[in-house]
Amino acid sequence: MTTAISHKRQNEMINMKKRRRSSRAVRKPNRSLGGDMFIWLILALFGMFFVFPLVFLINNAFKPLDEIFIFPPNLWVINPTMGNLQDLFIIMSRSWVTFTRYVFNTVFITISGTVGHLFVASLGAYAVSKYEFPGSKFFFGLIITTLMFNQFVMQIPNFLILAQLNWIDTYWAVVIPAFGMPMGFFLLKQFMDTIPISLVESAKIDGANEWYIYSRIVMPLVKPALLTAMVFAVQALWNNPQSLLIHTEQLKTLPLAISQIIGSPHAPNVARMGVNAAGMLVMVIVPIIIFIFAQSNILKTMASSGIKE
Amino acid sequence: MVETTPYQRYRAKKKAMREHTWLEMKKHKTLYLFLLPFLLVFATFTLAPVAMSLALSFTYFNVLEPPRIIGFQNYLNLFLSDDIFLIALRNTLILAVITGPVGYICAFLFAWFINELPRFIRAFVTLVFYAPTIAGSAFLVWALIFTGDAQGYANAILMNLGIIHEPNQWLTDTSYMMPVIIIVVLWMSLGAGFLAFIAGLSTIDEALYEAGLVDGVKNRWQELWFITLPNMQGMLMFGAVMAIMASFAVGDVTQNLAGFPSTDYEVHTIVNHLVDYGAIRFEMGYASAIATVLFITMIGTKILVGKFISKIGQ
Repeated sequence: MTTAISHKRQNEMINMKKRRRSSRAVRKPNRSLGGDMFIWLILALFGMFFVFPLVFLINNAFKPLDEIFIFPPNLWVINPTMGNLQDLFIIMSRSWVTFTRYVFNTVFITISGTVGHLFVASLGAYAVSKYEFPGSKFFFGLIITTLMFNQFVMQIPNFLILAQLNWIDTYWAVVIPAFGMPMGFFLLKQFMDTIPISLVESAKIDGANEWYIYSRIVMPLVKPALLTAMVFAVQALWNNPQSLLIHTEQLKTLPLAISQIIGSPHAPNVARMGVNAAGMLVMVIVPIIIFIFAQSNILKTMASSGIKE
Repeated sequence: MVETTPYQRYRAKKKAMREHTWLEMKKHKTLYLFLLPFLLVFATFTLAPVAMSLALSFTYFNVLEPPRIIGFQNYLNLFLSDDIFLIALRNTLILAVITGPVGYICAFLFAWFINELPRFIRAFVTLVFYAPTIAGSAFLVWALIFTGDAQGYANAILMNLGIIHEPNQWLTDTSYMMPVIIIVVLWMSLGAGFLAFIAGLSTIDEALYEAGLVDGVKNRWQELWFITLPNMQGMLMFGAVMAIMASFAVGDVTQNLAGFPSTDYEVHTIVNHLVDYGAIRFEMGYASAIATVLFITMIGTKILVGKFISKIGQ
């Protein structure tokens, strides 16, 4: 076990050195003032393009109805109100399925899907990352290719398979497929590649078995990748209401229930414009908040995401 | 000594290799056990759907009756007699050719620019650019911005400036629909590639840049081409895979913003067509043929892009 600790300490020391070096405000060579100003300008312009719809969305949620229908429309709210969010809550709790039931469904699906995904994917990623065995390279090639196929492309055959398994309209239709998402496997495997193999080998010499090496040595070192895979899994489950797969009202998740209230943008419910805005805010703000808290770990993980052909 | 023909030698070698493989597999049986749970789920919900699409694409299958093999008939119908599929194919290619490369290059340039910023502000700017990607259904807000009446943001601004005098039907008038969809897709699809670029840029060794300076690199663009890009080929490939995924699978956005079907099928994509036949008409064989065309296009694009990326910095 001492080897593992000493390696960890070594890595920390290297990281500290790196941090110290970069925190010194050294001006990079080959930089002109004009170029720097150009960069600030471009980023400011495009930043506005990227952030404007979200600012609009957030402000709308706090506008009283008369401000929502004003012409010309305002970007910023003048008299902010919590009324829309309250209305959303009232509408949802008045339906025959209670609000807490939607919350429970969401939490249950998200947690079971994510936990299962992390366990199953990290176990497989450990095997593929630390060893070469017949089929391992081929398998990882498949993972990279399937990164391209998202759920929209595969929804039809997926539906047929879930129907065969009799899982339509159960939690499992959403939870179990989430276990096998290629993205988490890919990120975990790439991050594990950066752990020196000597760590695994020395533990082996000390008599540790594969399970011990996986659970006690490798897993603690891949925490950033675990967190990243978790964030991606939570986002996939949150942003993917899967209305095709679950249609019993008591089993639906909060995002799905809200998206039903929001309805289609083609037949907007004029009387509910304020509630719609509040609903959109709830749908959007959760993944963004999760990202803010996980950002530094996500970037640490993405640093090892490169694909070698 | 027994005379051996080349064929016998070949057979013997093959046999030895197979035995070797078998021994290797036996040696690593714990690892297969480790991989098994993921493999099972992955095979059922990712590999099997792709294989099923391929197999069903040669059949007529309406879910109620067992599939009936009809050879290449689905493909012939797709390319020879389904005008709407050809429109969908054209729209998908237009979207992919524009949003794919533009989104990809923008993602890289933004990441590169952000990496030049002072450290304290980087996390914030990253969030600003990446938020639309994670916000999922946030693209629905564009429906409010491009509302067809004077209440819509875009119409109100343009009318106040006096550029137009009556509201534009952004999402139902065929001359505006495609540009609007392209803007929305670009807005929401910087993608995981963008994060990979930011992370990759920050890990390139400073010493390489110092060495480049000694070797006569004159400005930041030369630095980009000769030092930065060749050191990030892996990230570039990952970003490309993500960009292909985002640009070929546009369907949700068109369906929610422009309606289903959209006016004159102006922004009807392959994914929309797939949903039409798969989830509405229940012609699963035909829908599978559509999906297979999409898979093949994506894989082909990935191979081409991979060839291109391996040439960077040479």
